[in-house]
Amino acid sequence: MSTEKQEREPLFSAKNRKLLTSPINLNNPITVQVLGICSALAVTAKIKPAFVMALSVIVVTAFSNLIISLLRNGIPPRIRIIVQLVVIAALVIVVDQLLKAFVYDVSKQLSVFVGLIITNCIIMGRLEAFAMGNKPWPSFLDGIGNGLGYGMILLMVGFTRELFGSGTIWGFHVIPESFYELGYRNNGFMILPPMALILVGIIIWIQRSRNPELVEEN
Amino acid sequence: MQELFNIFIKSIFVDNMVFAYFLGMCSYLAVSKTVNTSVGLGIAVVFVLGITVPVDYLLNEYVLKPGAMAWLDPSFAEMDLSFLSFILFIAIIASMVQLVEMIVEKFSPSLYSSLGIFLPLIAVNCAILGGSLFMQEREYQSLGQATAFGIGSGIGWFLAIVGIAAIREKIRYSHIPKPLRGLGITFILTGLMGIAFMSFLGIKL
Repeated sequence: MSTEKQEREPLFSAKNRKLLTSPINLNNPITVQVLGICSALAVTAKIKPAFVMALSVIVVTAFSNLIISLLRNGIPPRIRIIVQLVVIAALVIVVDQLLKAFVYDVSKQLSVFVGLIITNCIIMGRLEAFAMGNKPWPSFLDGIGNGLGYGMILLMVGFTRELFGSGTIWGFHVIPESFYELGYRNNGFMILPPMALILVGIIIWIQRSRNPELVEEN
Repeated sequence: MQELFNIFIKSIFVDNMVFAYFLGMCSYLAVSKTVNTSVGLGIAVVFVLGITVPVDYLLNEYVLKPGAMAWLDPSFAEMDLSFLSFILFIAIIASMVQLVEMIVEKFSPSLYSSLGIFLPLIAVNCAILGGSLFMQEREYQSLGQATAFGIGSGIGWFLAIVGIAAIREKIRYSHIPKPLRGLGITFILTGLMGIAFMSFLGIKL
């Protein structure tokens, strides 16, 4: 009995903790693995949709990783993409219906981007790279970790764009009226799509100058 | 006819898939290292969007929309299957890509070999599913409009990827700060290209 206990890995061993934390910085899905950019940028003009989107992606990555990892020995390799797509699409439909039921206004703002979680490369990428070859619990943690790394970038971009673009955070005015009287103006450019790309570029720049091992050759 | 042309031009320039909605960014960033490969991928995207959007339009019109099943039997008039659209659209896209791949291989082996691995990759390109979902959301009125929108979006994506590939080939010889090389500068360049494309925003068609 006791030997069996020693062999079992604790739920939050160092290795498992690393699965959870490494995608947040050194192995970030957006800035390092270049996965899932499609939906990351379009929803970040305000924090609220960015937050809801991040939460949905965390749920879908975690549970699709878990399900595929449970099924991994039963899936014939030739049809694995279809199986993965079906699992992901089913989860996304659940998330979409929940959003429509509880936060209808945000779900309207996100429009097609909830559906596009299906083709979000983070999810397929993690399924292929991790869940197909690992036990359910580490896969679940890996899913949450990658979802968090994705969500963090989303919130950073969303925060900057909302603060400078409309002077609000989560819909509340934070820049005092007196600033506007002194001639401060909201930077309307922040709201427009190209600014999201430039902000992500700058985040990548900062991250890479702090972690020189990530620098690319050309 | 003019209306179709308007939708076509609008989906290329004003509602560009890459610059206005960031769709298909993953392959856009990964495959844009040289002009040749990006031309191949671009053509494949135009091809597949031009086929899947009309097919998904028919599916939406006759199966998924609220009351769409009424043609089968009047008692189905209440039925709303639109919650199934994600799973059916992605199934249609995956099978269409497979079909297109087989047809191209049969009738034009030279095009097939130049498209290479890009065709199967397209099934998970967000621009394709995005095209179908936008078609559903914007409620295009006829098959012709859906086709014009599909082909137009594809050409918009083609222009974007060929443009960025050409720029990336050039900047290989410039002095970019080390941490910004590769991904970082590509993001910023795409942003700048997006600003250029925004000049089409005011155009009312």
